[in-house]
Parts: sequence; C-alpha cells; structure tokens
Amino acid sequence: MSGAALTVDAVGKSFRGLRAVHDVSFDVPAGAIQAVIGPNGAGKTTLFNLIAGVFKPDQGTVRLGDRTLNGLRPDQICAAGVGRTFQIVKPFKTLTVEKNVTIGALRQTTSVPQARDEARAILDRLGLYDKRNMLASNLTLPDRKRLEVARALATGPKLLLLDEVMAGLRPTETDQMVAFLRGLNESSGVTILLIEHVMRAVMALSQRVVVLHHGEKIAEGTPAEVTRDRAVLQVYLGEGGH
Amino acid sequence: MAIIERLFGGVPRRALVGLAMLAAVLLLAPFVVSPFVVTVILLMFYFAYVGQAWNIMMGFAGQLSLGHSLYIGLGAYAAAALYMKAGIGPWAGIFLAIALAMAVGGIIGYLGFRFAITGVYFALLTIAFAEFFRILFDHIDWLGASAGYYLKVENRQENDPFNLRGSPTMFYYIMFGLVVLAFGLCRWLLTGRLGHYWLAIREDPEAAQATGIEVFRYKMMAVLLSSGMTALGGVFIAFYNNNLYPEQIFSMGRSIELLLGPIIGGLGTLFGPILGSALLVLVGEIMTDLTEGSQLAGLKQIFYGLVVLLIVLFLPGGVWPWLARLCGFDRDGERK
Repeated sequence: MSGAALTVDAVGKSFRGLRAVHDVSFDVPAGAIQAVIGPNGAGKTTLFNLIAGVFKPDQGTVRLGDRTLNGLRPDQICAAGVGRTFQIVKPFKTLTVEKNVTIGALRQTTSVPQARDEARAILDRLGLYDKRNMLASNLTLPDRKRLEVARALATGPKLLLLDEVMAGLRPTETDQMVAFLRGLNESSGVTILLIEHVMRAVMALSQRVVVLHHGEKIAEGTPAEVTRDRAVLQVYLGEGGH
Repeated sequence: MAIIERLFGGVPRRALVGLAMLAAVLLLAPFVVSPFVVTVILLMFYFAYVGQAWNIMMGFAGQLSLGHSLYIGLGAYAAAALYMKAGIGPWAGIFLAIALAMAVGGIIGYLGFRFAITGVYFALLTIAFAEFFRILFDHIDWLGASAGYYLKVENRQENDPFNLRGSPTMFYYIMFGLVVLAFGLCRWLLTGRLGHYWLAIREDPEAAQATGIEVFRYKMMAVLLSSGMTALGGVFIAFYNNNLYPEQIFSMGRSIELLLGPIIGGLGTLFGPILGSALLVLVGEIMTDLTEGSQLAGLKQIFYGLVVLLIVLFLPGGVWPWLARLCGFDRDGERK
C-alpha cells in the first residue's frame, strides 16, 4: 500500500440551483495528510461525495494519480484506491465487527480466510480486536468511528477520506486516533484527506488545510497560516473577528 | 477438503451431531411412518426448499419479493408443457424452467435495481409481475387457460423417477435431496465472498458500494439464483400434484405462503426456512385435524393466523435464532 496524489480541479456541484460546491481546486500530494475545514454547511461532505463518486461533479475534474475519477461509480472509485468513512457512521449493524472489516478486505482478495486475517490485523491496530465478535450495532460511538476507519482501510486505499472520524471522541481518544493515523501514514504512505472540526486534531495531523465556506475555497495553507487568515477568522468569528 | 472445511468449519460439534441425527431420522422415516405422514413431511420439505430460495433474496441480499409464486408457476408450467406436448422429461425440462424463471426474474431485477426502485416499491413490482403472469396464463388456451392444465396420471406398479411418475415416497426423497442441496449451497455461499457481499448490501447499500461492492451486480445475482431455484421447486410440485391452475399457482396467497416459513423460522438464517416451514405445516395439519367436522368455515385459517401472530409477537427474530441461543450454538448474535 502506498499513497497517491489527489487533484481536485475547479470542481462544482449544484442541487436545484443551490451551489453546494463551487469552483474548488486543490492538490493533495502523495503521502500527505491534509484537512478540509469550514463551518456547517460549507460543502465539505458534498466535496467528499464528489471525490468518492456518490455525486457526479457538474464541472471540473477529480484525479487520483493519473486517473480521472469523474463519472465512475463509488465501487469503482473504491477499487481505484479511495477508501472513505461516513460522517454519520454506516456500519453493517447486524454483522460482527470482524465481518464488517472482512467485507472491506474482500476488495483485495477473493479468499474469505485471507480477508479475515487481514481484518484481524487491522482491528488489532485500531484497538478493536477484543471486540471483533460483537455485533457492530452494540458498539459505542467512538468504536463505531474506529470501525468506519478499519473498514475503509481494509479495502487497501491509496487515499483515505475521513469524514469527521474524531467528532464525539474524548480528548484522549482523539489523541489515540491522531497517533494511529500518523503511524499509518508513516508506515504505509497512504494519502489522507480529512474533514474535521476538532482543531486539536487538525493542527496535530495536517501539513496543509483547505478552508471552505458557502461551497467555495476561501483559504489554503499550513494550519498556522489559515488560523491567522483574515477571511477564515471572519467566517468563524463573525465580522468583528479581526 | 476445502469445501468440507468451508461447509462445516466453525459449526459446534453438538450442532453437527444433531444435524446428522435429523438427517438419519428423515431418511428412515418413510419406512416407519404412515403414507399420510410421508406426504406431510414432503410438504415441509417443499416449503423449506422454496423458503430457502426466497431467503437468498430477502434474508441475504435484503430484497423483498412478494411475487415468488411467479417463479413456481413458470417452472411448473414450463416443465409440464414440455413433458405433455413434446414428451421431454422433467429432468431435461428443469433447464427450460430455470432459464425461463431467471429471465423473468432478471427483467424484474433489472427494472428495479437499475431505476432505483427499492423497498416496498420493489416488492410492488414483484407483485405486479406475478399478477401479470397469472392473468396471462389464465388466457393461454394452449395450456388449458383458467380451466387448468393436467399431467397424465398413470396407474403404475413401479416408480419412474426419470419422468417423476411415482409414489409420494419417491417425491419425499427427491425433495429431501433438494432441501439438503439448497441448505449446503446457501451455507457455502454465505461463507464465501458473494455471501459477505449480499449481507453488506442488506445492511447498508450505500456503505457496501463505498466498500467496493458493485451493488447492482450482486443484487442481480441474488434475484437470478433465487428465481432459478424457486422454479426448480415449481417443477417438482407440478409433477407431484399433476394439476396446475393459474388462479392458484401464481396467486399472491402462494407467494405469502412460501415466505412465512423463513420469516417464522428466522429471516436470513440458514436453518430458519427449514424450521419455520416444518412448524407451519405442522400447525396447519393440527388445525385441520382440530377443526374437522366444525361447521364454521375459515376456523382453521383463524387459528393458523393466530399462531403465526403469536410467534411473530414473541419471537420477532424468528424461532431458530431463539432456539440456537437456547442450545448454545450461537455465540455472537449474528444471524446464522
């Protein structure tokens, strides 16, 4: 497993005239960790859905490495090397934790025993190994978030899209997830793009941050740069925020 | 050996012993019990088999079909017509029966899945097709139309299994074989990639697709397999009953009848369709017996409905998951 570069080029999407995402461009270099932040309704999740193929962009292109992803179905995009989590977690509820992740690992092998071994290794790294025989529906929210990451990771992605996997986690749990993601990025080189509200995690993880507001990119830079950016401060703190 | 490991791996030893004993009892039963009981168990086998086939679509892949009588009818008419009109035996007729049912099932699946008709709307589509074929066969004079279509019944001393002419005992063993094969096939599928993909689609199609599963393709596979298997049941029931009436065989009631078993037994489980069908046939027979001689029409149906209601009320997951937990076969609460 190694990372691939993501190129988002002038991407736009409207829903019945409402511009959810408009003319957004940015690059994520292979092996980088980058964050997308912005207030509620900024279009972050829509952007993820455009990359993952849930929606087709009205304008612009999305590329993973040399490959154009526009127009592909979500399963084809997953096969191309994009693993994603859902903001509102979507576990396979009445299946065991292990089977949830095994299903992800079956993207890489047709052998169920092999996929199961792979799933157990991933569960072990995420601290879910002891809960592998529980039903996913019986997990706590933090564990469900971990399960989302585990299932996405099991598909063998070159790019991991993480949609608020730290929301609802306690500070120590956030630190664990941050450490896990950083370790994963270092050991496998997988590119990570994350939507996150938890600034503590954004600051600790990401080399660069893209800020969205009303569907448009208003700033981009290092975490330190964007937190000093006038436009960003205005969005987050209102007109008087400078 | 790999197949044996896949079929029996992870099954508790006590469950295997129980299964072997059950199989032995059923194999020997026709030598011991009365001919009437043979026909009753035969009926249990029939519903267990078609229930298993229906369960692939709903229990595994999560696609509700309320029109499975369609596939029974198509299979039955296809094989019966080939036999009566062209003299082609049912074992060869099976292929036409299965192909026909899969073609129609494929059309329903394609329409539903391509145009994102999901849930109850998909179920309505399955009903619409079943009703369409009921009315269509009501008007095919070549196949007896609404007056029914009959297979030639001969008095013969020996069974002729190649043409499916013979005693209920012969059908008993054939249906028993079908139940075992369907059970084995479903177990094999569930332990493989296809089965895992079906369960993922049942649980959450969107998450399944994001996990790299081509949802349309695997839903289609479920419909095709389910309709083909159901048609096979239709072939044997046609040659067992020797008569076919569109009003009955394609009816909504028949569709409901065949899905009660898996629901009562435990939706999405492997043993549920078998247990549920056995229970329902048993309850039906007991009710017939109890209400015999009663002047009140429909009394049997009322009691039958009451029993079904009570089971659904107290064991909403089905009888088998409850029984499996009771016997300690079930460790994690997943449907098995």
